[in-house]
Order: sequence, then structure tokens, then C-alpha cells
Amino acid sequence: MTTYLVIAALLLIGMLVVQISKANEYINTLRGEDAELDTDKINGVLWLIFTVLFLVGIFWSTWYFSPLFLPESASEHGHWIDTMFNITLALTGIVFVLTQAALGWFAWKYHGKKGKLGFYYPENNKLEMIWTVVPAIALTILVVVGLYYWFRITGPASADARVVEITGKQFNWLVRYPGPDGKLGTSNWKLIDETNAVGIDFKNKDGLDDVMPTEIHFEVNKPYLLKIGSRDVIHDVGLTHFRIKMDAMPGLPTHFKFTPTITTDEMKKITNNPAFDYELCCDYLCGKGHSAMKMMVYVDTKEQYQVWLKKQPSFFDSAIKGTEAEKKAFATVTEKVSTEKGSDHSNH
Amino acid sequence: MDAKDLHHGHSEHHSGAVITDHVHYQDTEGVIRFEADHGHHDNDRNKKNFIHTYIFSTDHKMIGKQFLITGIIWAIIGGGLSNIFRMQLGFPDVPLHFIGTVFGDQWAPGGKMTPDFYNMLITMHGTILVFFVLTAGLSGTFANLLIPLQIGARDMASPVLNMLSYWFFFLAGAVMFTSFFVPSGAAGVSWVFYPPLSAIREAAVGSETGADLWLVSMALFIVSSLLGGLNYITTILNLRTKGMSMAKLPLTIWALLITAILGLLSFPVLLGAAILLIFDRSMGTSFYLDKIYMSGIGAMPHEGGNPILYQHLFWFLGHPEVYIVILPAFGIVSEVLAVNSRKPIFGYRAMILSMLAIAALAFFVWAHHMFVTGLNPFVGSVFVFLTLLIAIPSAIKVFNWITTIWKANIRYTPAMMFSVGFVSLFISGGLTGIFLGNSSIDIQLHDTYFIVAHFHIVMGVAAFFGMFAGVYHWFPKMYGRFMNRTIGFIHFWVTFVGSYCIFWPMHYQGMAGVPRRYYSHGAFESFNKFGALSEFITIAAIVVFLAQLLFVFNFLYSMYRGKKVTELNPWKSNTIEWTTPIHPGHGNWDGPLPEVHRGPYDYGKDGEDFIPQTVPMRPGETTHHG
Repeated sequence: MTTYLVIAALLLIGMLVVQISKANEYINTLRGEDAELDTDKINGVLWLIFTVLFLVGIFWSTWYFSPLFLPESASEHGHWIDTMFNITLALTGIVFVLTQAALGWFAWKYHGKKGKLGFYYPENNKLEMIWTVVPAIALTILVVVGLYYWFRITGPASADARVVEITGKQFNWLVRYPGPDGKLGTSNWKLIDETNAVGIDFKNKDGLDDVMPTEIHFEVNKPYLLKIGSRDVIHDVGLTHFRIKMDAMPGLPTHFKFTPTITTDEMKKITNNPAFDYELCCDYLCGKGHSAMKMMVYVDTKEQYQVWLKKQPSFFDSAIKGTEAEKKAFATVTEKVSTEKGSDHSNH
Repeated sequence: MDAKDLHHGHSEHHSGAVITDHVHYQDTEGVIRFEADHGHHDNDRNKKNFIHTYIFSTDHKMIGKQFLITGIIWAIIGGGLSNIFRMQLGFPDVPLHFIGTVFGDQWAPGGKMTPDFYNMLITMHGTILVFFVLTAGLSGTFANLLIPLQIGARDMASPVLNMLSYWFFFLAGAVMFTSFFVPSGAAGVSWVFYPPLSAIREAAVGSETGADLWLVSMALFIVSSLLGGLNYITTILNLRTKGMSMAKLPLTIWALLITAILGLLSFPVLLGAAILLIFDRSMGTSFYLDKIYMSGIGAMPHEGGNPILYQHLFWFLGHPEVYIVILPAFGIVSEVLAVNSRKPIFGYRAMILSMLAIAALAFFVWAHHMFVTGLNPFVGSVFVFLTLLIAIPSAIKVFNWITTIWKANIRYTPAMMFSVGFVSLFISGGLTGIFLGNSSIDIQLHDTYFIVAHFHIVMGVAAFFGMFAGVYHWFPKMYGRFMNRTIGFIHFWVTFVGSYCIFWPMHYQGMAGVPRRYYSHGAFESFNKFGALSEFITIAAIVVFLAQLLFVFNFLYSMYRGKKVTELNPWKSNTIEWTTPIHPGHGNWDGPLPEVHRGPYDYGKDGEDFIPQTVPMRPGETTHHG
């Protein structure tokens, strides 16, 4: 019933607008040129009002929402990105205000007036030169500073960076830590099954102590190297607070290095939100479960991290050992699989 | 009229082959009818042959109208889809039972849409609006309508190819429309169609039959676009009337020429990408696939492919495509601003050069869509440089538009309102591109609502504004009547303010990292704090959509009941489309083609309000337009 009422009301409003507009047109046709000049004036004034409200509104809404956007950066490179963002915001903000104000001002000031002609002003090479060179200089600054940060962000990870492997699948994340040996075992997509979700090759000793927890823990202020991959379709490792985004693709391993700088507990205080937690999300459409592909992320102090790590059994011990899967893992595999090249994710 | 008349303007530039072709065209379409009958014949012909006049027409004006009306229908569908998925984002608890009625009950059990349906909506919204509305609807309409009229030609170089271009577009649309109603629904893997999601049927419901139909439809669409583009380029280069040198062309024609060249060079690449994808889907090849284990299927046999290959091919079209969408709007807006400012467009040459620069650079910026794919950082840095370079010609255009209305005597028609609005939108959306083009900032903003806001403002809404400006401005030429101005102004203000209300707040969501293409943000505490804002955006989207229905009403009503055009040149415009009869027949001019003596923007020159292009230069008069 409400639906019909809403439709009826909308139709009524529509008819009203149409009838008034038609009447207005008739009157304007009769009044001729004067009516046109009035229209020009009204629209000119509306442009001025719009421009003022628009600029004021944008300053107000940006101020109002500022606590929400660019949430406190929890990684070292996140501050570089935020700096870059703010430099760009300042530069483009100036251009935005000046050009929008000029547009609105001119749109009002130069509305049609009786007996006036437009000013014949077809070109001015000096002006064209100015507004070629000035943006060029501004953009050069942005490119130089941007690329300086870009190469620092994408540069090689430090030798002591801890490796964590993140694999996407429809529709959850799989995470793998190297065990006490500090090395990830090799893996192969042909070994994947219900139990061995990333296809760890247990014939490779490095893999026997690998840990596959259900949540991610980082130790604060330690450099990390995320090795990123996917089992099926494209996913994307999204960690908003750490300013991380990197596609996860099948057959094409990617990586991202970073250093977390704020623990979860500190962040709870900073955000004044006791329920705060870091979250890993999927940033590339991967199917129907895309918007629920979440894994919790914790940044621990050294002590907290050690406590957590001690509690993690190796994946082999907890899930494979003593099961049918163990027999399968050590059975003679076909030539093809064992000589597979390039399937070793951890070597990239 | 003899053949000499027709190729005067270009005989010194072009080869004999072209002229021969031209004469041939004249034999079949031109001489007898145009000379002997002066349009009366056309009326007789209409009555006799409805199908030839309205359906399989070879008259460029009719084909333009066909593109426009088809585009409007697609815009209502595509825009309507966005309102449905905005309901899911703003008001997820409101049951939408009509989804079950229209699309089938499996998509919305109990009135609650499923994630698969949501993905289908966003995919089709993007596809329809980018390709069917803003490419075919915009370029198709105005290239067909304006090229022959503004360069002084009887019709396109090949009217038959032109007709085929429309009918391939129609077929593409028919296939796409059908895909909504197959059991597995339309494609639901986003309009960019990245494999493996789009390559493996089992990966998503939206990757089943709907995706096959999507690919077929796109292939047909590309054929349409190529047929049209070839024709536009040939016509502009060869059929200009006497005196219409390239340096006297209106900017609309320059824009449409550059658009057609971009399309001709980039669409075939998408066709290649689509064909390889069809092979991967249906014939077991592995162009884009490698080392895949699908839950429920197991390890798949594909090896050696590369999912990034598709992205390179796709964006090699995809980026020029955004300029294919926006360039015609540049042209229309430049023209409408000058005519209604009663001033020359500022920097005619700079406008052409900046469009050429944008078009050239458009081919070398595609990888900025791929900064977070693990692209080699050095390659990324080259694309940062080239991407920000493209901001320079864009800035030149903006400053030139603003200078055009400086010291003007502005006549506010709805077309003029949309043109000034276009400049505002292009500034807003263009500046946010500078954030995204810088790869380090893109890490945070990529695939969030920030990018959604950016491209909707700069190429979605802005291109629509160009289209509206064009429709309001040339409606008298199309139908011999005016559209209702008052409704036009209401349409403008609601759309303009409403569009900013929809898309501006999305920047804030994007800066918080809220991902796009999410069915619901409820699972994430980081993203779940914009509920009220999402509701506001949804309401704004519905209001703006309703305002478009007002436009459609105005369009249809004015077609039959609008105020009649009583003078040849109602806007006091310089360009030669206003020298045709009010209802031009097939062939456009009853007598000989007009001769052109000056550039298109002599407004306010030497104390005269306007001097049409057909007026000879006075002795000693100087020109700024070559």
C-alpha cells in the first residue's frame, strides 16, 4: 500500500512540475526577450548561490568526516602515503577552490544583459603558456615526491624481514607462518585437498614445522614480508590501517613488505574504541562471498607475540600426522608433480 | 549541382580513389533526388516506406536519433539497476519483492537480494552505462547527427555501413538484454571481466551463461563501434564542404574525429582479449589461467597462462575508452559554451592540441589501473609519470573553458547550464584523478569508493552532462521543436546538486578504505561506520534518477508538443547545421551545399553578435582560426 501511495505522490509531483513548467513557458513566450533576460539573471544568481554553498559545504563535510577517513596509519610506510595524500590534497585543494570559485563567479557576473555583446577574446598564447607551465611544475613535484615514496614502498625487503604467506580462496584467507626453522616449505597446487589447503609438500622438510593459524599476528616494529597468492580467482589483500593492498592471483605470486608500528592495544586507546581490531579484507571482487572474506589481524608486543606463537602447533602435527592424509603426503607422487617447476611459492 | 561541388573542399588534399568513391555515392544517393525534388520527394517517400525511413534508415540524422533513443532506454535500465543495488547498500532491510517478479525468485528470496544478484547488478550497470549509453548513446548520436551537418555533407561516406553500425549495436543490446532472463542470470563478474573469475564457469553464478552472452554482446558491440568509427573518420576527412578546412571545423567535429580514431585503435584489442577469454572458457586453453584449484572441482588442468595479460589487454582499450566517453562531451561543451557565451571559444588551437595530446597519451597510461597487481615498480613509475602528464592538457581545457565565459554575455539555456555544470564536474573529478594516478596514494585508494567517486564524477556524470547539453542544444535540429526550458532547468539543478550529493561523500568512504563491489559492509568494523551516509547517498541516487524521468518525459513530450522552431537559426549560431531547412530531408540542404569562409567561433567580433561560417571574410578582416 505504501508503495502505491509513494508512486501516486511522485506522479502528482511530476505532474505539478510539468504543469507549472508549461505555464511558465507560455508566459515567457509572451514576454519575449525580457523573460529570457530574467531567466539568465535567475540562473546566474543560482550559480553564485550554488558555488558558495558548494564550497562551504565541502569544507564543512570534509571537516565533519575527517575523523573517519584515512584512519590512523599503523605502519611505517602508511605515514609516507598519508604525507603524499596531504601534499596532493593541499595542491589540488587550492586549484579546486580557485577554479570552482572563478567558474561560479563568472557564471553569475556575466549572465546575459540587454544590448551587451560577449567580449571577443579568441586566444592569448601567453596565458596558454602560463597554464601549461604552472600545472606542469606542480605535477612534477607530485611525481617526484610520489615516486620517491613508491620506490621506498616497493623496494626490496630487508634481509631480516619475517615471511608470512597469505593465500586467498573462495571465500576465506589462508595464512602460513614458517616454523622455528624460519623457512616456508614448498607448496604445489596439485597437492591441495580438503585438509592441506595450500598444498604444502611435506616431503620438503621445511614444511613440516609450518604453522597455519586462523588469525594473523604481527610483532610490532618488526619488518614483515607478505607473500601473497591465490588458489582460484583474483583476490586482494586489503589492510586499510596498514595502507596495504596487493592482488592475490593464481600462478602469479606477489609480495608486500611493511613494518607494523602500533599494537592492537595501543590502537584501542588511540581510537578510543575498546572493540577496535585490525581486519584483513578482500579488495577485489571474487564472487558471492567477496564481502565476507575477513580474517582478524593482531599486532602484538614482543611478549604477547611469543605467548601466541608458543601456542601454535605445526600444521603437520595438528592436521596431517597419523591420518590418511599423512600416507597420501608421503606416497610416491607422479613424476609430473615432483618435477614441477615454479610451483614453489616461497622461492619468489 | 555537379560532382565538383562536393569535393571542392578537399580535392587538393586527397587521392583520386576517394573522389571516385564519392562520385559513386552521389550517383546512388544524391544527385537526382536532391536536385529535382527539394525535399518534397522525401515526404512522399516517408509515407510510402515507413521501414526505410524509420527502421532501416540510411539517413544519418535518423540513425543518430535511433542511437539516442536506444541510448535513453539503456540509460533508464542501467540507472535503474544502480537504484536497486543502492537500496541494498543504503537500506538492506527493505524487502524488494519486485526483484523476484521481474528477474526470478531465486535472486531475491523473501525480497532480500542475494550477493550473486548484487554482483550481476553492478556488472550490468557498468557495462550498460559505459558501452551502451556513454559510448554508443553519446558518440553514436552526436557523430551521426552532427558530422554531416556541421561539415556540410549530404550524409556519411557510407550510409549503409552507418545503418549496420546501429543494427549491430541493437543486436548487441538484444543479446545483453536477453542475458538478464537466462536461468543463471546476466554476467556478474564486474564490467572489467577479469579472469579467472570470468573464465571459470564454476567460479560464480554470474560466470555461467550470462558471461557467454556478455562476451558475444561485446563482440557485436565492437563491430558496431568499428563500423561507425571508420565511417566518421572517412566522412570528416573526405566530405567537408568547400572552404571547410580542418582549421575551420567546429570543436565538436574535432572531438568526434579524435574519439573515432581512439575507438578504431583500441576496440580491436578488447575484441582480441574477449576472444582469448572465450577460448579459455569454452575450449580448455590457458591464456589467462595457471595453477588453479577450485573448491568442488579440484586442481584444474590449466597451466602457463597469466591473469595479468587480460588486464593489460583490457585496459589498453579500457583507458582510451574513458576518453572515448569524455571527448565527445568536450566537443559539445566547447561548442555550447561558445554559442551561449556569445564569445569565441578561448584558444581554439590549444583546445585541438590538448585533445590530440590527451588522445595520444590515452594509449600510454593503461597500467595505472594495475598499480596493485604486483606490477614491476619501475613500470609502475613510468605510468605514474605519463598519467600525471595527461593532467596538463586537461588543465589547459579547463582554464580555456573558464576563460570562455569570462566577460561573456551568457544566455542560459538548459544546454548552457549543463555545459557550465560539466566544467565544474570535470574539475572536481579531474583533481581526484591526481591522487589516484600517483601509485603510492593509489595503494590506499585503489578499489575503494574513492575511485568510484572519481570516475563517476569525471566520466560518468560529466559525460552525461555533455550528452544532455547536446540533446537540449540540438533538439530543435532533430525534431524542429524546442524542449521545455523550465523543466530543463529543474532537471539540471536536481541532477547537478544531486550528483554531487551522491558521489562527493563516496570520497570519504574511500579514504577510510571502504572497498567497492561489496554486497554489504557489515562484516567489517572498519567499514561499517558509514550507515547514515550510505542512506543519504541512496536517497540522492533515487532523486536524481527520478529527475531523469522528468527529462525523458520532456524529451518525448517536446517531440510532439514542444514549441515549434520558427527560424532557421534559433541559437544565433555560426555553424552550418543551422543553414539547413528546419526539417532537413535526407541530403540535408535543399539547394547546393553551403560554402564556408571563416572559423566557427566569430562571436562578438567587430561589434557583431555573431558571424556565421558562411559569411565571406570582409576585406582586411583578420582571423584567429587559420
